[in-house]
Amino acid sequence: MSGESATPGPTLFQQQDANRHRTTLLVVCFVLFFAWLGFGGDYIYYLATLHNLPYETHHTFPWFGILLTVVAAWIAWYGYSTGPEKVLWSTGAHEITDPATDQEKQLVNVVEEMAIAAGIPRPRIWIVDDPAPNAFATGTDPQHAHIAVTQGLLDLMSRDELQGVVAHELGHIKNFDVRLMTTLAALVGVVLLIRDGTGRFFWGGRSGGRSRGKGEGDLGALVVVLLVIWILSWILAPIITQMLAMAVSRKREYLADAMSAQFTRNPTALANALQKIETSDAPATHLKAGAAHLCICDPLDRKLNDHPGTLGDVMASHPPIEMRIIRLKGMGYAQAKAEGHLPPDTPRA
Amino acid sequence: MGSWILLILVVVVVLWAISAYNGLISLKNQTTNAFKQIDVQLKRRHDLIPNLVNAVKGAMDFEKSTLEAVVQARNQAVQVNAAAGPDAMKQISQAENALSGALSKLMVVVERYPDLKATGNVGQLQEELTSTENRISFARQLYNDTATQYNTKQQQFPASLMAGLANAAAAQLWEIDDQADKAVPQVDLSTKPKA
Repeated sequence: MSGESATPGPTLFQQQDANRHRTTLLVVCFVLFFAWLGFGGDYIYYLATLHNLPYETHHTFPWFGILLTVVAAWIAWYGYSTGPEKVLWSTGAHEITDPATDQEKQLVNVVEEMAIAAGIPRPRIWIVDDPAPNAFATGTDPQHAHIAVTQGLLDLMSRDELQGVVAHELGHIKNFDVRLMTTLAALVGVVLLIRDGTGRFFWGGRSGGRSRGKGEGDLGALVVVLLVIWILSWILAPIITQMLAMAVSRKREYLADAMSAQFTRNPTALANALQKIETSDAPATHLKAGAAHLCICDPLDRKLNDHPGTLGDVMASHPPIEMRIIRLKGMGYAQAKAEGHLPPDTPRA
Repeated sequence: MGSWILLILVVVVVLWAISAYNGLISLKNQTTNAFKQIDVQLKRRHDLIPNLVNAVKGAMDFEKSTLEAVVQARNQAVQVNAAAGPDAMKQISQAENALSGALSKLMVVVERYPDLKATGNVGQLQEELTSTENRISFARQLYNDTATQYNTKQQQFPASLMAGLANAAAAQLWEIDDQADKAVPQVDLSTKPKA
């Protein structure tokens, strides 16, 4: 993962581009792997039955790949249509429709400002009664988006820092990240489901085939090799798909950080906010695992996210906070340099 | 065979031309819309100021001149906005900058009197003013970013070939007095992959 190492040089727009390209690449890998799991199996079966006698089975219709795709599409659709409400309900968030306190008014103002900066409609605003500072966004498109922040975040952050965090979440909304991650989660889910389901079916099916007296020698060497690779792929599929999904998730976090820098033109504020979140030790009580990948920082405080260069690099939903801060500070430095004044920490009124 | 290759070539070129044309039109409309957003926010500011000034008039009796300067600058800005055509960006921008100056002076005054800040109304005034100023500057920022993207797109080869057909003309950027806000970020639209 040397490509992820922080270089304080590039501007926020260059970082955005780089992260978009990497996401595209990862999603292409994901789709290809998924297609191999489904249609690859059909192709192997097609090869294996190619030289069968006319009255024997010929596998010509790729029902397995189509089944896999349909089930994945169904799970993804289910995720879209129930996801946002479920997440908000599970966190016990309450919506701010009529801001009463100064704190709530400020939050509404900040969200409205950032919606203007992002050029998207104002999302619905929710507060979670949780002392741990955190925030998340949900909703499948900018027209039906929600942003939720915890009470702890409101209490801890300055106006500028709150702006940075809100801008990060609006970055997710503008990039359709919730839709992307819901789709990837559906694909991971269907892989798990089908592996568990068809594992039994498959072994049963194969022994049935043997009893029909089909000799192993009939299969070409190519088919055997492909079959072995394919079965191995299925065994490793849950890990591989999960790794790819998490890699995409981390890229989207960096991208949302860079979007936040674009909207606020004040990356240092978000860096400070992340620092505060990192050092706060209030436990998250309301943000469950279901919403973890949506949050600005992993609320479960899994040690995976804290150690660059270890297993955390491949299985964490968020990049290490240290790396994010370094990149944001790099953007702040590049910005200050472009404007011809240093140091970079000049907060915007 | 040769005619097939020619046909494919023509189809590819036509498809590219359509997508380049549509891309330019889409950016043009986004730019227009972003410009309208600045108007919306300026109007909001003009509507808000009289209310805010009324709300704090009593508490700020001793700083009458500052408040009056704000009201005056606001009325001036409203006049310029009403009178000026769509091309008079410079005039509008000057009047609005004068208003921004008067407002920031008011903010400094509020900062100078901690007792004043503690009064409920004035604390709210401060938040509303901050938010209003932010909204305007963020609306301008979005406009400038979008306009820069549009300008870059219509100048870059090969999209520049379609610029005439799409009636694309360089959009004027909003000028900002504040030194810190002056730098327009460099938007890199090239699609070359980065390491």
